[in-house]
Amino acid sequence: MNSLPLVSITIWLPALGALTVLALPRENVAAQRGVSLGASLLALAAALGVAFLFDPARAGFQMVESVAWVPSWGISYTVSVDGISLWLVLLTALVTPVALVASWGTVERQERAFHALVLLLASGLFGVFTAQDMLLFYVFFEFTLIPTALLIGIWGGAERRYAAVKFFAYTFSGSVFLLLGMIGLYLLHGQATGVYTFDTATILASLQLGTLRLDAGAERLLFGLFFIGFAVKAPIWPFHTWMTTAHAEAPSSGVVDVIGLLIKIGAYGLIRYNVQFFPATAAWAAPAVGVLAVIGILYAAWIAYQQTDMKRLLAYASVSHLGLIVLGIFALNVQGIAGAVAHMVNSALTTGALFLVVGMLAARRGSRELKSFGGLWKTTPWLGSLTFLLVLGSIGLPGLNGFISEFVVLQGSWRSPGLGWRYALPAILGVVLAAVYLLHMYRTAFMGDTPPELAQAPDVRPRELALLIVLATPVVVFGLYPNLLFGPMQQSVTQIAQGTLPFLAGR
Amino acid sequence: MTEIVIPPVDWRVATQLSIIFGWASVLLVIALFVPRSRTRIVGYLAMVGAMVAAAVGIPLWGVNAETFSGMLRLDSYSLTLNWLFLAAAAITMVLSLDYLPRQGIERSEYYVLVLFATGGMMLLAQGADLIILFLGLELLSIVLYVLTGFAYPRNASEEAGMKYLLIGAFAGGFVVFGIALLYGATGSMNLRAIGETLAQQTLTLEERIYLLAGAALVVVGFGYKVAMAPFHMWAPDVYEGAPTPIAGLLSVGSKAAGFAALLRFLVEALAGEWQIWAPVLAVLAIATLAVGNIGALTQRNVKRMLAYSSIGHAGYILFGVIAAGAPGGIAGQRGVEGVLLYLIAYTFTNLGAFGVLIALEHRGEAAWDMSDLAGLWSRRPWLAVAMAVCMLSLAGVPPTGGFWGKFYVFTAAWLSGMGWITVIGVIVAAIAAFYYLRIVAQMFMAEPAREVPLPMDRALRAGLALATLGVLILGFLPTPAIDLVQRVVLGG
Repeated sequence: MNSLPLVSITIWLPALGALTVLALPRENVAAQRGVSLGASLLALAAALGVAFLFDPARAGFQMVESVAWVPSWGISYTVSVDGISLWLVLLTALVTPVALVASWGTVERQERAFHALVLLLASGLFGVFTAQDMLLFYVFFEFTLIPTALLIGIWGGAERRYAAVKFFAYTFSGSVFLLLGMIGLYLLHGQATGVYTFDTATILASLQLGTLRLDAGAERLLFGLFFIGFAVKAPIWPFHTWMTTAHAEAPSSGVVDVIGLLIKIGAYGLIRYNVQFFPATAAWAAPAVGVLAVIGILYAAWIAYQQTDMKRLLAYASVSHLGLIVLGIFALNVQGIAGAVAHMVNSALTTGALFLVVGMLAARRGSRELKSFGGLWKTTPWLGSLTFLLVLGSIGLPGLNGFISEFVVLQGSWRSPGLGWRYALPAILGVVLAAVYLLHMYRTAFMGDTPPELAQAPDVRPRELALLIVLATPVVVFGLYPNLLFGPMQQSVTQIAQGTLPFLAGR
Repeated sequence: MTEIVIPPVDWRVATQLSIIFGWASVLLVIALFVPRSRTRIVGYLAMVGAMVAAAVGIPLWGVNAETFSGMLRLDSYSLTLNWLFLAAAAITMVLSLDYLPRQGIERSEYYVLVLFATGGMMLLAQGADLIILFLGLELLSIVLYVLTGFAYPRNASEEAGMKYLLIGAFAGGFVVFGIALLYGATGSMNLRAIGETLAQQTLTLEERIYLLAGAALVVVGFGYKVAMAPFHMWAPDVYEGAPTPIAGLLSVGSKAAGFAALLRFLVEALAGEWQIWAPVLAVLAIATLAVGNIGALTQRNVKRMLAYSSIGHAGYILFGVIAAGAPGGIAGQRGVEGVLLYLIAYTFTNLGAFGVLIALEHRGEAAWDMSDLAGLWSRRPWLAVAMAVCMLSLAGVPPTGGFWGKFYVFTAAWLSGMGWITVIGVIVAAIAAFYYLRIVAQMFMAEPAREVPLPMDRALRAGLALATLGVLILGFLPTPAIDLVQRVVLGG
């Protein structure tokens, strides 16, 4: 059909850009910016090409590109997209250039290495969202750690070393369990069918056709191993502690948005592996995971409310959103999962844009403490209005993007036989809390009296405006026309949800 | 009087050995005529010898032969290991070219001794008879005692040489005693013959006890060589005191040779007793992992940390050894492959890491404290990147060679029915990542504590680049290496 391997091009363009940037002379900052932005925009174009060629009427994976990698182990380089990965690829492609542009002027030293690492991270993320071979997935999954740890550790805040090491130690520990689970599944599959392969489609087919039958113990063990890896990455309460330090210490400007995509990997993995491969155990574990998710929603919202540092506040808000996403996934029905994927996209857009706003505010005031701000709407009306739009989107005002995804997730969890209203009600409380802490933040920063230091604060500059508009446009578009978001993923989500149906029927 | 008939000798089997030993002897004489100021020439000549020996091995691939009454064997297993030893020796010599004059210990014997050590390693890989294994072990050890103490004006080096000698003598004693018992029990020194005797199950209970006791002693002896707990105590001190390139060679070459012999011994002679030795080795492997990694966790001295980490890695390699003996199925084959792939990846990685230490070290002063690495990224970016790649590979992070090594031995252990050690190994790997990462954090995220001048010459750069690129190539394109080890059939 299409002769160009567009998916692979999307994955590798940023990495190529990274190598090119590193080869440029150290002094020529303009060229470095140009090349890195160019590479990320080309990747965005390629991702849009993938979206254009994607056929939303078909379930399953499309545009499969496959090359043998380690044939004797049944490991291949296989990448492709389905309705779920498509959105995450597009999200990554959109956020990367924004993050790069946002870093201009805020990264003081070693800009070349900085751009290269952001691009490498983007390549890793694209790889994770498109890999259709377990081991390839793992390689990309792990690879994202290295640039992230370096980005936090070199350009981060005062506690950057601690945050970087903690981030790496936590997530690496989690993912070795993931590797163990993958090896286990690989060997069990090989012993049962004689075909030793890491190919996810093959293994999934064997599981669904019954050629690979796992007894309950083995399945729960494998589910658990995968779950640990993704729960740490996601991060689900109580595995979240790395994430708030990492987010708070991450360099200001847009990088935190790209790092924010890392946590989407965890949720993506839960859908792709835990729910799709082990539907019976997923149904069995759903109530327990649901409890963790609800605790996460409420606990993180409560902590977020008490933060005085805006960046920390948003970091905890991300944990809270993640809880809602996980709740949606383990509703195990079409609404829940589709809502979860939509919420991944939406919360990345709104929270990401708000992180940018915090970066802009910090640049104007030299502080991220809430109490040093106030009355900004008067001095910076444009920034105030855009921020207000983003806050409203984030707290789920109908007509903006947050509403529709939260609504669908809650609907899904309410109707799920495994979860029900006992889970949905506290989750709704969490949504209310989100409104409280975000509006609290907005009121403190933008309303009331303006402190003298901010009296001359400049309004958004053209570059800042462009960045915010890029992220805010989908906030409005998805809010007004949610089917744009849900349409392409419908078939893929339905397919996954149907797999779990037989195991939910008994409840 | 009957005529003495000399049995025909298949020289193919001994080609590489002859080249190494012959060239080393010739070089010893040549060195007499090389002026002191041009000692480097001997180094280059020794490297040429290693390269020639490696090249000569290429047409020998696929040969499976024995000679000297079955005492020496050449098969794909030993050939692969020989290449590995030659590569390790060559990289060690490249790293030494600059190091020796800088430390004021440049003498031409050094390179000759490295060649002899390589010959000893090859004997261990090719030995099909307990006597040859003992010869190889002793030859390798004696040369290494000298090399460890090579910086003898330095107390630490002298002390390390002495310590290594004493402990090594014990190890040799264990092996000899073990061989005697094995011979007493089975009436043979040949590994295969012992294996066949075992398979026929004609041994009396008493003989079997002797056999197992002898085997245990041999394992203890080789356990010293590979720094397996609880026979590891010498390693940190010896590594720290030895000249840094020699510490690198100890950690990769000598360890690989020890494993080569151990694996052949256990698989060819004692496969029938797997049920007995596998659990014992599994416990030792776990102990080795624990000792090595906990030890490494507490070190601030990077050289000692690498020594402890090298103990830890012996634990992972033991996973492969255990799997290699597993009866039936593919676990055995995967185990052999796993050991080899792990050794290949580990050789490049650790030589790279020691290479960075060599670059940091300058005349008379050790710069191995963690703080000496601080801010290396801003002083010497490429050095920092090389070290980071090696640390990530040691931690087993993809895409590096170390990841595939771990993946391989974990899979093999799981296949052999010992899933529980895999789980422990994975947990340990997660903990170990922490101290490797601490070094990366130190290099990239800390400010330099003091200005350490970093003179680097071309040879050192080349050696480092070779090792680091090796790690990355193994990581991104593991297929050639995996194909190579998958063609290896132990003794077949």
